[in-house]
Order: sequence, then C-alpha cells, then structure tokens
Amino acid sequence: MNFEVCLQKRLGNFTLDTEFSLDCKRIGLFGPSGSGKSTLMHMLAGLLNPDRGFIRLDGETFFDQASGIHRLSEKRRLGVVFQHAHLFPHMGVRRNLLYGYKRIPKEERRIDPIDLIEILNLGPLLDRGIGALSGGERQRVALGRAVLYCPRLILMDEPLNGLDEELKYQIIPYLQKVFAEFHIPLLFISHSLNEMRLMTDQVLEMANGRIHSQIPADELALFRMNAGQGTYLNLLELREPRPRGRLFVYRWGNEELVLTGDGEGRQTGMFEISSKDITLFKLHPEATSARNLLKCRVKRIFEAGTRLGVELDCKGQFLVSQVVDEAARDLGLEPGREIFAAIKASAFRRLY
Amino acid sequence: MELSARVALTATLASLPFGITAAYLLVFMRLPAKPLINGIISLPLVLPPVVVGYLLLLSFGNRSWLGELLARAGIHIIFTWKAAVIASMVVGFPLLVHSIRIGMEDIDEKLIQASRTLGASWWDSLFTIILPLSLRAIIAGSTLMFARSLGEFGATIILAGNIPGVTQTIPLAIYDYSNTPGGDGMALGLCLVSILLSLAVLLFNEGIIKRFKGRCRQ
Repeated sequence: MNFEVCLQKRLGNFTLDTEFSLDCKRIGLFGPSGSGKSTLMHMLAGLLNPDRGFIRLDGETFFDQASGIHRLSEKRRLGVVFQHAHLFPHMGVRRNLLYGYKRIPKEERRIDPIDLIEILNLGPLLDRGIGALSGGERQRVALGRAVLYCPRLILMDEPLNGLDEELKYQIIPYLQKVFAEFHIPLLFISHSLNEMRLMTDQVLEMANGRIHSQIPADELALFRMNAGQGTYLNLLELREPRPRGRLFVYRWGNEELVLTGDGEGRQTGMFEISSKDITLFKLHPEATSARNLLKCRVKRIFEAGTRLGVELDCKGQFLVSQVVDEAARDLGLEPGREIFAAIKASAFRRLY
Repeated sequence: MELSARVALTATLASLPFGITAAYLLVFMRLPAKPLINGIISLPLVLPPVVVGYLLLLSFGNRSWLGELLARAGIHIIFTWKAAVIASMVVGFPLLVHSIRIGMEDIDEKLIQASRTLGASWWDSLFTIILPLSLRAIIAGSTLMFARSLGEFGATIILAGNIPGVTQTIPLAIYDYSNTPGGDGMALGLCLVSILLSLAVLLFNEGIIKRFKGRCRQ
C-alpha cells in the first residue's frame, strides 16, 4: 500500500501540519494524547475537513485542496475502528457486523462473514444485543464490522484504550490473525509502545501536531530507551512449551528458555522481559539461581539516560539489557565481546 | 368527538416531516441564528393562542396574498375543518420539535460518523441510524402534540369558527354548552370525555417511553 499524505488544519490554538509518504502494510501512529493523532485520523477518514493539503492512497486521490477534490467518507472505503467501538445500539451484533457489508456491491464482498466470525470467535455473540457485550467483545464486533466492509485500509484509533491490560493482550492475537488472514493494510493509532511493536512495522511518531520521525517499530522502543525514557521491554515469542518439573521449557529461536509454569502450559505465546531483569556475567558462573544462562555477543552499547543499554546477539535473536557505567567497566563491555546473560525463570511475563 | 380526533391526527401527521426537519436542523446543523430560530419555533407555545389565531386569520384571509393564491386554486381554508388543522399544527408544533430535538441531541454523533465510514450515504444514515434512534422521541412528541391538538381552542375558534358538525371540536362544544342555559350536563360530560382522552394519550406516551428505554442505551 502506498500512502501519501500532506495535511494542514487549524483548530483553535492547535495547528496540525503533517506530511508523510509510506509504502508499507502496517503503519503505526504513535504519540501522547493531544498530539493530533485523532485529528489526523478523522481527516483521513473524511470526517473532518482539512484546511490544505492532499491525501492519496495507491494513486487514488481522496482529497486535494488545490484541485478541489473532496471525496465523501462513504466513498473512500476506509474501515474505521473507533476508541469506543461505536456500535449501533438499536441493532443486534449480527446487524452491526453486516452494516457495511450490505452497503458494498456483491462482487466486491471478498471476505466471507463466516470466516471472519470464526476468526474473531463471534459466533456465540451473534444474537446478542449490544448492551450485553463486554468491552473486549465490543471491540471485536467493531473490528469485524470494519473488516466485512472490505476496506482498502483500516484505521484504528486507540482501539485497546479503556481495556485492562489482560484483556488488551487477549485481543491483540485476534487483531494479528485478522490482518494476516485478510491482507488488509492497517493504520494503527496508539500511545502504547507495546501495541506499536506488536501491531505495526513502520511508526510515525507524532507530537504537537507534527510528525517528528518515521522509524521501524522495533527501533522505536530502543530509540526511546536511548532518549532516557526508562527501561526497555524485550518481547519474545516463545514456542512449544514442555514441562520440566515445576518449570516449563520454551523454544526461543535456537535457544531454550526456562520459565516458571503458568499452570496450563499453553501454546506459543508472547512474553515480556525487562532489560533490568537481565544480568550480565563476564565469565560462565558455575552455578546461579537464575535458570537461564545464555551465551551471547555484545552487538552495541548505547547511552540510555543514567545507564547504558546493551544490545545482545544470542544466536541470531536479540535482547537488550541495561547496566550502570561501573558495571560496564568491570565487565569490559565492548562490541563483539562474548558474555553471559542470566535471566530468572520468574522474570518473564506472559502477554498472550 | 370524531372531528376532534380527525383534526388532531391530521395536524400531528402533517407536522411530523416538518417537525423532524426542524429538529434535525437545530441539532445537527451549524446555523447562524440558532437561538433566534429556536425562539420563533417556540413562540406559539407562549403567545396567547388568540394572537396566533388572529395572525393566521390575517395570513389566510381573502385579502392576503396567500389567501388569494389559495382561493384562486379553489382551496378555502377559513371556517373549514382544515383551518382547525392548521391552527392545531401551529400551536402544537413547538411541543413536537422540542421532544424530537431532545431525542436527537441524545444521539452520539460518532454513531453517524461510523455509519458514514461504513458506506452509508446521508439519507441512508438518516433512515438507518438517526430516525430509529430518535423514534421514541418522535412518538413521544407526536402523542404530546396530538393531546395538545385535542385541546386546542383559542386559535381554532378564530381561524375555523365554531360551526357545529364542521369545525366544532370538543373544546368548542364545551364552550358552547357552558354558554347555553341548561347545557351544564352536556358540558360536564364532554369535560369528562376530554379528560379521559387526554389521560389515555398521556398513559400511552408513558408506556412507549418505558418500552424503548434501555433498548436505545448503549
């Protein structure tokens, strides 16, 4: 998907002035609240008129002030998932889901509602009223409604805001499945770093109505640690758990990691580990209480506020640890040096 | 009594499209003089009905351009039951608009935006989102206006006169009986009918509101 946008808009004291051009399927729009993310989204969706500029998607012009093109919302074929779902309260789940689907020509209905209902696990909800849905269910229905409209692009405006942590990470796998299955490009708006890393490839960082930078989602977290904004959360996809005593052994690329059991020994999942929970050793310690001891190579050392961030290469997988200056001197840290990283089995947190 | 019902029903139904349009404009459009427009719509509510009736008489009279135009088309309004309808429409209109307006103000504009992003045109949105969501208010406003029309007296007697069998609605008949020696019994009887009818309408109104409550809340 090729997306070219240049927009200006004044709203009272706030001025939005953005310009970007992207060629990527999963775009993130990241920034604190009040930075203009929602305003930009509303203009892209045709719900707010820009003062100047243009919007082009795959060579088609939605808006161009110079040549007077202004395509109405209903003619842009963009799916929008709002922060508060905005399901139609006078319709049941089924009619909500099919609202957009019924409004596109038959030959353009490339997504089968049955497949979508299956993927989003909406079957049990179909005959319910909107009032009987929980927050997470609402968002799933809202996503389903947007997807069935078979849009060129789905805009998601902080869709996971207002859901608690646990629920949020229950929904993310649904989102990933839907976008992988139906190949719909995505513009995902959020102020959560983890959501950005899990949902998007390229991130536009926004502040005060302007786009500051455009960087790959993986680097965004590093970049922010670099700017001294706290610790880095490593996200690890761990596979094929097998029990070992009271612990579980997961596969992580070419390594194996030992975790305290989550009781059920579930399947593949996404885990989080903070950079401060990774301890470094110069030589192989004979024995340690930490159950994981990984041999890795220092890839890069960077300043992160009052600490140093250490990027490690563990047989092709990357981890970021953090140390203080003094420790870095004692360890003789330098790029290319071999080192041992110790991680406690209980330091991992399952996201989903 | 049949005439009263016919007048009230016709007045209500004929006002509905205008009432919905007016409420829509007041709620969703950015109009320059909204308070003024709102004031003009509400005026018949506070003006003495006699004033409304007199002004209507002047505008529909044979000497006004509107009256002349209608007369040329062979339509006579004054002193027919149509005059009673028009008087009721004007006097009851503010009640209708207010009710619908309150209902429409309750609609989250984001829902309308959501429907537009799902491919619904303006008309489509109006019929699938706005009207169903304000249905309760529309029904409540209509019953209120119906009840008000049943009781309309001041403007009607001026514009439609008080002709038994032609324009004599219940209130006008009560007025007549109360001025006739020995008519007290009939007057009281009609009062009772009037009370029962109004009460029935109000109860119906209440029932509708109850039934819709909860259904339209997100």
